[in-house]
Amino acid sequence: MSLAKSIRRGDPLIWFTGSALGACILMIAGLILVILVNGLGFFWPQELVRITLKDGSAHLGEVSSREAIPNPGQPDHLQRHRLLLRVGNRDLYGIDFKWFNEDDIVTLERPAGAFFVERSEYGPLLGEPTLVKQRDEVIAEGAAAATALPGLIARADADRAAIKRIEKGEIGEINYRIEQARLAGRRLDLELPEEPGKDVSARRGEIEREAAQGKAAFEQKTTELQALLEKVAGTYVTFRTVDGKEKELRALDIYRAYAANQLSWPGRLAVYTSRLWTFFADDPRESNTEGGIFPAIFGTVMMVLIMSIIVVPTGVLAALYLREYARQGALVRMVRIAVNNLAGVPSIVFGVFGLGFFVYFVGGGIDKLFFPEALPTPTYGTGGILWAALTLALLTVPVVIVASEEALAAVPRSMREASLAMGATKFQTIVRVVLPAAAPGILTGLILAMARGAGEVAPLMLTGVVKLAPELPMDGVFPFFHLDRKFMHLGFHIYDVGFQSPNVEAAKPMVYTTTIFLLLIVVLLNLTAIVVRNRLREKYKTGAF
Amino acid sequence: MPEEVDTVAAPDKGLRIKTEVKVQDASAAEAREPDIVVKDVNLSYGDNHVLHDITMDMEDRRVTALIGPSGCGKSTLLRCLNRMNDLIDNVKTTGTIHVKGIDVNAASTDVIEVRRRVGMVFQKSNPFPKSIYENVVYGLRIAGISDKATLDEACERSLRGAALWDEVKDRMNESGLGLSGGQMQRLCIARAIAVEPEVILMDEPCSALDPIATLKIEELIYGLKEKYTIVIVTHNLQQAARVSDRTAFFWLGRLVEYGPTPEMFTRPKDKLTEDYITGRFG
Repeated sequence: MSLAKSIRRGDPLIWFTGSALGACILMIAGLILVILVNGLGFFWPQELVRITLKDGSAHLGEVSSREAIPNPGQPDHLQRHRLLLRVGNRDLYGIDFKWFNEDDIVTLERPAGAFFVERSEYGPLLGEPTLVKQRDEVIAEGAAAATALPGLIARADADRAAIKRIEKGEIGEINYRIEQARLAGRRLDLELPEEPGKDVSARRGEIEREAAQGKAAFEQKTTELQALLEKVAGTYVTFRTVDGKEKELRALDIYRAYAANQLSWPGRLAVYTSRLWTFFADDPRESNTEGGIFPAIFGTVMMVLIMSIIVVPTGVLAALYLREYARQGALVRMVRIAVNNLAGVPSIVFGVFGLGFFVYFVGGGIDKLFFPEALPTPTYGTGGILWAALTLALLTVPVVIVASEEALAAVPRSMREASLAMGATKFQTIVRVVLPAAAPGILTGLILAMARGAGEVAPLMLTGVVKLAPELPMDGVFPFFHLDRKFMHLGFHIYDVGFQSPNVEAAKPMVYTTTIFLLLIVVLLNLTAIVVRNRLREKYKTGAF
Repeated sequence: MPEEVDTVAAPDKGLRIKTEVKVQDASAAEAREPDIVVKDVNLSYGDNHVLHDITMDMEDRRVTALIGPSGCGKSTLLRCLNRMNDLIDNVKTTGTIHVKGIDVNAASTDVIEVRRRVGMVFQKSNPFPKSIYENVVYGLRIAGISDKATLDEACERSLRGAALWDEVKDRMNESGLGLSGGQMQRLCIARAIAVEPEVILMDEPCSALDPIATLKIEELIYGLKEKYTIVIVTHNLQQAARVSDRTAFFWLGRLVEYGPTPEMFTRPKDKLTEDYITGRFG
């Protein structure tokens, strides 16, 4: 009786809807939790343990994981355990991680003097600093070497910054000038046969002078750089590993070093934040397995912004025509269905189209017309951030069209009539009344498009994303925006670090951390759009109709 | 003009109007120049013939009320006068309509020009989601006027004309949608008169308002007719009796009876009219 009543009242439906929502929330929250737990722990400085085995050998490393040893069919199946140690010192041992059976371990201790050293090559070095040398002169030994380390690293940071400024900034700019001069010369060569007899010696002279100046400046800067390197490269630190091997490192190559077992809580926190900051703000090193992801963050944001700038006007204009001007009928219905289906085309197909149409056809055409002097090196005829953004715009334009159409349809008829009855033309009505009122809905479309575009990887691999881009697509060199440049992208970075890296075990946590950053960026971009949308809603609220 | 009445004085007149029916009779009797001339107008939506051979004149600076049961075509006729029916597909109109000498339906006539001369107030108030100020000057802005002084002047004049100035003068930059229902409808009237039209069409302007707001609008209409020719569609017979000089009764798309309001309500010539105004059907 009461069951029948409850069914008639629709209680089961409430249970089902509630469970469905609960399942969705669980899946999403679970995914985010996994990413957060794995990603945020990555930078936390762990203790270094030294183990001595039965055979007398000693090993030092961070405990990476512990697992039961499978031995199927035997009584000890999953009864005994083994430790995975990150032993580092890849240049000495050839591997970063090593398994040790717990049965073989005689002693396990935490040596106070053990250092975790991040350096430019071969992953971390684990050992004790024993000697600091300036040229051939010993300036610190033993415990004094350890205390001298922080100062050395601070100087190394400053020196690296100075070197980078010269290498990338100044020499980069000079190279750009020399390249421009070379291209100007080529252009002159190409023009000559078209207008024989034209006197170009003045221009030729100017170009040559420019090139010569560039070369001179280049020579000067190279000498300067050499001198600087000479000056800063003379300091060496020697480390002794747990098995007694000695390794000499240039101070310039040391990025961070800390005595893992002596760190206080604030000390650990300091290491953690500094690592997190480095990860955010630095360029990647060591084929992306170390250093930071800043170029990928920058590339992702810039690509999404360019895509938005392209996709919003296109989508809104298309929706305007479909909704306001086109005669509603079979044709418009078919167009609408086609647009909706476009959203279901696999993204890799868009990538192939982008490669064929934008990169080869449009880009190749632009090169032939405007940059013939650089050929056969393509300028726009190869993947670049502009083509990637255009491809993604194509991919996301259905979303914007559908959302904009709905927003336009939701503008009350009475408002249009009011405007038209005032003697406004249809155009004036659209611009002054309909579009402002539809703006929040259009922004919803943009939010969806941005979320889709920021997470897309496959089409980008064909149209301009690279594993490592030497330069950002925006910098201080005229014309500031270099839309022809290839760029890095967080989504592709995740794929590259996670699956293409030579050192997968070490790179795994980076995948999670990079994912966190990608999620953060999507959330930030969306929040911005949502704030703008709410402002507009407040301003143009149509609730009174 | 001797008959020019201050808008502030108009309310009294509006309030007294019901008792004044006899007095008005005399003034309404004197015929004026026709301002709107409707001749043999037929209109159909597809196969649905909505207006049948409508011929009527509407006098200059008088209020003409169109009454009749729902679906009788009175709103459709109103919307013919500024060609708002153009917005609907499949509308076919024949016959001629002249407003101030302009042939509204002629191919050479600019519909924008017609709508500028013929303002309209709708059943549901429909201010734009803009500030009060921008609502009022909308018509001037779309006409390309951007001189601040001109706009300010027109805004104040129109709001005073719509008896709204005192209520909103301190919050011109607030949204027009924040006003009360009656204020919004007066804002729409201010918006309509800001461009100084010659005719104002009102499509059941009070049907969504409470009695007090209705009274205010009626007072306003009474003042407005000093300057504008007004055509009003209403379902409220008392309202028609109160505000209009002439009344036209429509039934099933035909004009049944048309004459001075007091006569229509006291001595209807047609049986149908009598049945309708006495409430025997509706």
